[in-house]
Amino acid sequence: MAITLEINGKSVSIKAADDTPLLWVLRDELGLTGTKYGCGIAQCGACTVHIDGQPTRSCQTPVSAVAGMKVTTIEGLGGHHPVQQAWVAADVPQCGYCQSGQIMSAAALLAEKKHPTDADIDAAMSGNICRCGTYQRIRAAIKDAAGIATALSAKA
Amino acid sequence: MTAHSKTFEPSRRDLVVGASLVGGALLVGCSPADLLSIGGKVDVGAFGPFVRIAADGAVTVISKHIEFGQGNHAGLAAIVAEELDADWTRVSVEQAPANAKLYSNAAMGAQGTGGSTAIANSWDQLRKAGAGARAMFVQAAAGKWKVPAGELTVRDSVVSHAKSGRSVGFGELLADAARVKPPESPVLKDPKTFTLIGTDRVRRKDSLVKSTGTARYTQDVQEPDMLVAMVAHAPRFGATVKSFDATAARAVPGVFDVYEIPTGVAVTASNTWAARQGREALKVEWDESKAEKRGSDQIMAEFRAAGAGKGPKDLKWVPFDSHGDASKADGEVFEATYDFPYLAHAAMEPMNAVARVKGASVSMTFGSQAPTIDQLNAAKIVGTLPGAVKIETLFAGGSFGRRANFQSDYAAECVHIAKKVGGGRPVKLVWTREDDMRAGYFRPIVHHNLRISLDKDGYPAVWRHRVVTQSLMKGSPIPQKGDLDATAVEGALGSPYLKATPIVDAQLALPEVGVPVLWWRSVGATHTAFVMEHTIDQLARKAGKDPVEYRKVLYERAGAKRHLAALNLALEKAGPAPAGLSRGVAVHESFGTVVAEIADVEIADGAEPRVRRVVTAVECGIAISPNQIAAQMEGGICYGLSAALYGEVTLKDGVVEQTNFDGYRVLRMNEAPTVETYIVPSGAAPSGIGEPGTPVIAPAVANALLAAGKPPTYRLPFVKTGS
Repeated sequence: MAITLEINGKSVSIKAADDTPLLWVLRDELGLTGTKYGCGIAQCGACTVHIDGQPTRSCQTPVSAVAGMKVTTIEGLGGHHPVQQAWVAADVPQCGYCQSGQIMSAAALLAEKKHPTDADIDAAMSGNICRCGTYQRIRAAIKDAAGIATALSAKA
Repeated sequence: MTAHSKTFEPSRRDLVVGASLVGGALLVGCSPADLLSIGGKVDVGAFGPFVRIAADGAVTVISKHIEFGQGNHAGLAAIVAEELDADWTRVSVEQAPANAKLYSNAAMGAQGTGGSTAIANSWDQLRKAGAGARAMFVQAAAGKWKVPAGELTVRDSVVSHAKSGRSVGFGELLADAARVKPPESPVLKDPKTFTLIGTDRVRRKDSLVKSTGTARYTQDVQEPDMLVAMVAHAPRFGATVKSFDATAARAVPGVFDVYEIPTGVAVTASNTWAARQGREALKVEWDESKAEKRGSDQIMAEFRAAGAGKGPKDLKWVPFDSHGDASKADGEVFEATYDFPYLAHAAMEPMNAVARVKGASVSMTFGSQAPTIDQLNAAKIVGTLPGAVKIETLFAGGSFGRRANFQSDYAAECVHIAKKVGGGRPVKLVWTREDDMRAGYFRPIVHHNLRISLDKDGYPAVWRHRVVTQSLMKGSPIPQKGDLDATAVEGALGSPYLKATPIVDAQLALPEVGVPVLWWRSVGATHTAFVMEHTIDQLARKAGKDPVEYRKVLYERAGAKRHLAALNLALEKAGPAPAGLSRGVAVHESFGTVVAEIADVEIADGAEPRVRRVVTAVECGIAISPNQIAAQMEGGICYGLSAALYGEVTLKDGVVEQTNFDGYRVLRMNEAPTVETYIVPSGAAPSGIGEPGTPVIAPAVANALLAAGKPPTYRLPFVKTGS
């Protein structure tokens, strides 16, 4: 059965079984491989995407459940998002595998709260595992990104 | 192939020697690198196997080491760029192909990454590569301008002659430079004159691709006509397929075929989800007659008995440190035993590989940590020369040791499937998290049994030490020297505390267990650092002495100046312990690097210990990238802390009980400490940095618990998951 959804601003029609997780549709059918598989049970956050703006684990989201909804993946952030700028400036990534998910969680947090506290960061980011242990730089980069975002909106 | 490159091809003798190798063991008298590269073919440019320069002057450094987080690509590129005086902003890094002759790790005699050796073993080699290329550009400019080479300077990829005011970039000079004969012994810089190495400019080259989802990992490989494979594995180690019914699996839409392979039953499909559905539909019966059926509790109990001298009579004990006459033990005695569980590496990217097999031709694309061994194992499966197995190495989503093992377990599994598929059709083997966690290759269970007699001042006089664990080196295709498997005791072996003790009787036993085990970030130090550092704190407290001062006395006796320097720097930077937190100190040397860590820990009754701040001082020789040394300390401490707090794989009747991150708990954002890294100034050649931060945090936390009046820690992890 064909399912239509909006991915990174484009309307896409998918042919997949209803129960196929969105993660595998993105990766295998659409070639959007920035979103990663890490655990398959919504424990690690590597597969995080935005669905109608909300950070969501795509490994546990059947594609049929998001029909007609707006999906944003790491590719849809555009590469110059304040969070991505801050990530590069701080050299956050090590192996890098979890970072798409980390960045999507961080971007959603900043969309919700312009200047998150440490407690906000803990709450928003504790669902994303990084085995390289880049947590300290993630925390710093989220705060830097908040500053970049503020400066950008002041310019506009 | 360009005019300035030549191709390394196997000679006839190589092929004859190589053919005998495929049958099995290595030949005596030949280095593994010589043998295992046989059959390979790599184009090498005018500036050698590590440096390529484009017509626009851009410099590419070819890395013989995989990058899976350690930051080594930045460091390796900086070594070349420093000696070449290249424009750092126009230096990029490319992964070398598999070829043991060109790209062997000097510390291993084969191509591979591990033991925190990437920078250390490349230091001389890449300095010469950079300096050699620089000399070629200088020579070319001198010839062009007819001036003495000694009057020329190089900066940011531009050669200049101050007297005449002329300058020319690498790009413009490239054709002339490529014709200059490479110098045999190029002059290296005095490290005091380095302008790039040691500065904050040495940053990662891959942060952008890893922040935009565009870095390429094995998981991301997609090729026309590619099949995705999943394998049903036996629930117990050592079991084999007895029979299987694939009727339902074949009926799953998208499933291509089902095969029996040595490690289980493989399902191939047009995509990942179909492969997974197909595997779930398989019915497999296992032959468990040779399977390991012991539980982890039983294995630990057997190791404990062996440590107490009550093990099997035929258990072989090998001394690893023996000096003085241990029968003279008297005085006050300290006794302790320590137990360490199986640990999973649990890298973020579960194991995977892509292979294509057509007849006896194999090409692979994956995060190969030990290309030479992977070539050897793949060659054995299809019957070709190891060097003829092509490997393209990609970024890997972590490894921590897991991607290098003597059997090439997951890579070999993929080759078996690709061989069944045949025709050169690409097969991507995907392991789920559950496959990855249940597959073994764990840090082994380890037991230490200590009995220490103290002198009248409370310092160790006689140190009796027994270690019981599984061997990591069993099955190595590279011949080992002597009886001792040093990876099992490194860190106790070589400890300044043993050196400072007049009488030592330290021995190792390695019983056979059917659970595959492997090095895990910092290897032997994962347990020896804990045993030595937590024991020392207890001995100091028993003697009524300050643990820091007690260490310093022993370091003085052992002549351990680098330990002293690291400890002193950490103490100076840490300042007084914050109110409400308990402080623990630990110092340990691994992979040539000494690390001191001071942990400030929140300790409350009924709550997990929460490490708030770690101040660490590192003595690692010349610091190439202070930024990435700090990154490795931050990450290494989190990795070690994760295992110390929560890490434990248990087996029930031989079946692994943890299958995913719900059962195998790992450190998360809210549990991570702030790490401050300080580097002890040094002019010595660089030593390792990827692993040495990891093993020091667990004893620092245990010592903070002692400082808070809590009892000693005799088993890890601190927190029992599920309790």
